[in-house]
Amino acid sequence: MKQTVRKPVLAVGPFHPLQEEMEFYQLTVEGEKVTGIDVRLSYNHRGIERISETLQFDQVPFLVSRICGICSASHPLAYVQAVEELAGIKPPDRARYVRTIINELERIHSHLLWVGLAGHFIGYDTVFMWAWKYREPVLDLLEEITGNRNNYGNVKVGGCREDIADDIKPKIFKELDALEKKTEMLTKAVLDDPVLHARLKGIGVLTKEDAVRYAVVGPTARGSGVAVDVRRDDPYAAYGELDWNVITQPEGDVFAKAVVRLLEVFESIKIVRQALEKLPSGPVAVEVKEIPPGEAVGRAEAPRGETFHYVRSDGGNRPVRHKVRAPSYVNVPSFKASCIGGHISDVTITLAAVDPCYSCTERLAVVDGRGSVLQDSDALLKLSREKTERIRREMR
Amino acid sequence: MNQKELQDRLTEIQDKLIRIEQPAANRFYLTCESEKACAVSRFLFEDIGCRFVIITGIDNDNVYEVLYHFSYDLLGCIITVKAILRNRENPEIESITPFVPGAEWIEREVHDILGISFRNHPNLRRLILADDWPEGVYPMRKEVQK
Repeated sequence: MKQTVRKPVLAVGPFHPLQEEMEFYQLTVEGEKVTGIDVRLSYNHRGIERISETLQFDQVPFLVSRICGICSASHPLAYVQAVEELAGIKPPDRARYVRTIINELERIHSHLLWVGLAGHFIGYDTVFMWAWKYREPVLDLLEEITGNRNNYGNVKVGGCREDIADDIKPKIFKELDALEKKTEMLTKAVLDDPVLHARLKGIGVLTKEDAVRYAVVGPTARGSGVAVDVRRDDPYAAYGELDWNVITQPEGDVFAKAVVRLLEVFESIKIVRQALEKLPSGPVAVEVKEIPPGEAVGRAEAPRGETFHYVRSDGGNRPVRHKVRAPSYVNVPSFKASCIGGHISDVTITLAAVDPCYSCTERLAVVDGRGSVLQDSDALLKLSREKTERIRREMR
Repeated sequence: MNQKELQDRLTEIQDKLIRIEQPAANRFYLTCESEKACAVSRFLFEDIGCRFVIITGIDNDNVYEVLYHFSYDLLGCIITVKAILRNRENPEIESITPFVPGAEWIEREVHDILGISFRNHPNLRRLILADDWPEGVYPMRKEVQK
């Protein structure tokens, strides 16, 4: 008689009160080793593309800034760039610089948030406390500039809604100086820590070939030696006029992705400083009349990678089709390449390394083929932390 | 490769295309019949070395359009392959997932919302529609929206 043997499945997700999006990973495991991964998503599909078709061109930025709380500057920027390309609108110089400043401050706070959470997942809560503490002043700056800590709502077709007042410039410089020192200390602490080297190097490796095949973007690609960065490749806003570097690391492991993000914080600080120094005078918006029929694409480098918007117009006041591609949509499927062959205790940090939605990974459960829970999320997080602790003990 | 060389490379596949449009220096639109889209995409991905970005599915009243967006990062170009599907009853197109694994999800999504089926897709299960969503109802089709 033929007997089917069901392999044990490790279920990650799908719901957690802290998650901004629901994702459900099913990992097939053999002992401690991961042999397969299946991802399910769209538990919270909001139909943004369809809603966008019911809104007027000038209302859409407010909708798309709500796609993601963290990337609430990059999504509307990609959208308005698509519409501006479609209608042949050139935003004023000052608006391009204001857009650059807000987008880079967004990158700084997003990367620091990631560093903190990555530390938390492997049992380095000090890193978590530090990184989040240093992130706070950046959010305060954004609040002072735009009125909101997130969901800035500052970009519109033809420019920006609000200008950066000259009297807050000195404060931004001061906060950047303080942040730079603190991030230097944090980076040194992370990069010089032998336990972190042992814990994160060679873990969750995404090879350069797989990075290309899975078409990943952002720090996930740059950590695998693929130097893609829309800011340099297809310059928008003021990036083409400023001096900064694209950070890449060849290894493709979790450590490489951490290094890329930490070093990018310094590049972002450099960009904001230069943009503030060079900030041209003049208006921040031009008047927009009709949007002609046609189609165009817009893209921006969000903290997690390229955000891509396609807009088609029939000459009316609403888009007839608006396609949005967030960076995680191509980064998350690469788990197939980076998780398989690894250990269960490394899954938490490998999934987090792509910076998809951290909270998902807090809700891990190992179930057998019949669906009974073998290990819950706390136990798996404990496994991850125990491994760090074990490495630390062995190094003493 | 510079801009001129890229344009020359694109004309290599001209016999597969209906037309090439270039509304801006770094934006290309290659329109073709649905049967040719897979070969054109393969040429862009494997021969030219473009990065796959995403697919957009559009219900354009008489026809369906499947847009394959590729990015040629060395020149900051976006090359869009625009496939026209004239069969409204049974829209079908060859899948590019066998050579671009990154396209697996989006082909499943386009199948979900527009009912376009991707031939030779390794795993054309539902991606974004709920389990209890009725079979054969495609939310982004014009007739459903009305």
